Amino acid sequence: MTQQFYVSPEQLMKDRADFARKGIARGRSVVVISCADGIALVAENPSPSLHKIGEIYDRIAFAAVGKYNEFESLRQAGIRYADVRGYSYDREDVTARGLASVYAQSLGVVFTAEQKPFEVELAVVEVGTTQAQDHLYRLTFDGSIADEHHFIVMGGLAENVAAVMTDGWNAGMTMSAAVRLAAAGLTPAGAPALPAEALEAAVLQRSVHRDAGTRRAFRRLDDGELVALLTGEV
Amino acid sequence: MQDRSLDRIAANATSSFVEHLRRDRPELLPFGDGGLVVQDSRIPLPVVQAPHATTIVALIFSGGVLMAGDRRATMGNVIASRHIEKVFPADHYSVLGIAGTAGIALDLTRLFQVELEHYEKIEGTRLSLDGKANRLGAMIRGNLPMALQGLAVVPLFAGFDTVLGAGRLFSYDVTGGRYEEQEHHTVGSGSVFARGALKKIWRPGLSEAEAVAVSIEALYDAADDDSATGGPDAVRQIWPVVYSVTHDGVRRISEAELGPVASALIASRSIASREA
Repeated sequence: MTQQFYVSPEQLMKDRADFARKGIARGRSVVVISCADGIALVAENPSPSLHKIGEIYDRIAFAAVGKYNEFESLRQAGIRYADVRGYSYDREDVTARGLASVYAQSLGVVFTAEQKPFEVELAVVEVGTTQAQDHLYRLTFDGSIADEHHFIVMGGLAENVAAVMTDGWNAGMTMSAAVRLAAAGLTPAGAPALPAEALEAAVLQRSVHRDAGTRRAFRRLDDGELVALLTGEV
Repeated sequence: MQDRSLDRIAANATSSFVEHLRRDRPELLPFGDGGLVVQDSRIPLPVVQAPHATTIVALIFSGGVLMAGDRRATMGNVIASRHIEKVFPADHYSVLGIAGTAGIALDLTRLFQVELEHYEKIEGTRLSLDGKANRLGAMIRGNLPMALQGLAVVPLFAGFDTVLGAGRLFSYDVTGGRYEEQEHHTVGSGSVFARGALKKIWRPGLSEAEAVAVSIEALYDAADDDSATGGPDAVRQIWPVVYSVTHDGVRRISEAELGPVASALIASRSIASREA
C-alpha cells in the first residue's frame, strides 16, 4: 500500500495559486475602462473569431484572460444564468453583482475541490445610466471578487499596462479616448503601436437607442470602426 | 471512456435556450416539459376561459416585409383588452405575430425572443431566417398538449433574409408545421375577411407607406365582419401595432404615422357612405 506524503494545507493552496498565476501571466492583457460614453473593453487578440470579450446581457459584458476552453465555458454558463434569470423574473433583475457572485462561487469551488484550478481571470462589468452607477468586478482564479473603480487590467504584464491607465485615465474621457488609452497601454514600451487587426474591442454604450428596437448596450467594433477610433476620426 | 465524455460535452453544449430550460428548468417552459398528457376519454376535458388574441396580417413590400395586428383580446363575448399588443420584434431582422390564447402566446413570444438572443450571444452570429422559422415551429409543437385542451397558439413569422435580400413570410399550424407564404398571409379569427381584402388591395412592388395603408385597411375589413377583431379606434386614438422589417432591421411604425393613415381610411369609408 502506498503511503501519501503529508502536504500542509498552506503549501497546497500556495502551489495551486502559483500554478494558476503562471498560466494567467503567460497570456496577453485585457483592459476594461469606464468612461463618459460607457465602458470600453479592449484586448490584445490576433484571432478575429476566438473572442476574449463577450456580451452577457442587456447592459452586462464579460472579459477574460487565461485558458480559452475554461473561460469560454464560464462565459456560456454566465449567458445561461443571465437568460434564465431574465426570463423567469424580469430583464431588469439581471445584474452584474448577481452574476459576479455566481462566478466567484464556482471559481472558489473549482479552486479547492477540483484536481486543478481554473487558469483564468474574469471581469464582469455593467454600464449604468451615469458613470457613478457603472459596476466593474474582477474575479480571480481562487474565487476572490473585487469591486474595482475606473478600470481593470488583467493578464500578461498587467502592472505595466495598469501604470499607463493610472496616468491617462480621467472621468470625462470619450469612448474614442478610452479605446486609444487602452491600445496605448497594451502596446509594449518602445514598440510600434498595435494595428487594429491585433486588437479585439467592444463597447457597452451608456445611452441605448430604445426606438431602434433594442435594449442591448453591447456592440463589437469591427476593424474599420476600430481604426477610425484609434486615429481619432470619431 | 473518452468517447463517452466527448458525447456528454457535445450534448451539454447546446446553443438553444429552450433545450437548456427543458433539461434544467422544465417548470419555466410555458408548455411544461413537452410530454403528451394522456387523457381518460370518459372524463370530459375542462374548458378554460382565457383571453384570446385575434387578427394578424403580414405582407411583402418592395424592400421588406410588414406585419400588423389589431388591439383587441376577447374572452367569450366580452372584450378582455382594447390595448393588447400581438406583434413583437423577435430580433433585429424578424417579427412575430400571435393569435390564439393570449397568456401562452405572450410567454411563447418572450421565450422565442430569448431563444434567438441566446443563440446569438453563445455562437457570436445570428441564426439564419430558416433556422429561426424552424425553431419557432418546434416551440409550437411543444405546445400541442395545451392546444388539445383548447389553448392553441398560432403564430405568423416574418423576417428579412439578409442572404437573399428580401422579406419572407412563414405561417404555422398547431402541430408546428411550417409553411412559407408568398405575397401575404393572415391568421386569427378575422383572418378570412382580412385575406379577402388583401387579395384585392395588395399588389407587387408596394412602398413601405403603401404597405402600411394596405395592412390597416385589411384589419379594418376584418374588424367590420369579425366581432373579435378591433378596428382603428378614433375615439380613444388606438391604432393597430405595425412593424416593418427591411435591410436596416425592425422598425415600429409610430403612432404619429399611423394616426393620419387610419383617419384617412375612416374618412374615405364615411364619405362613400355605403354598406362597406
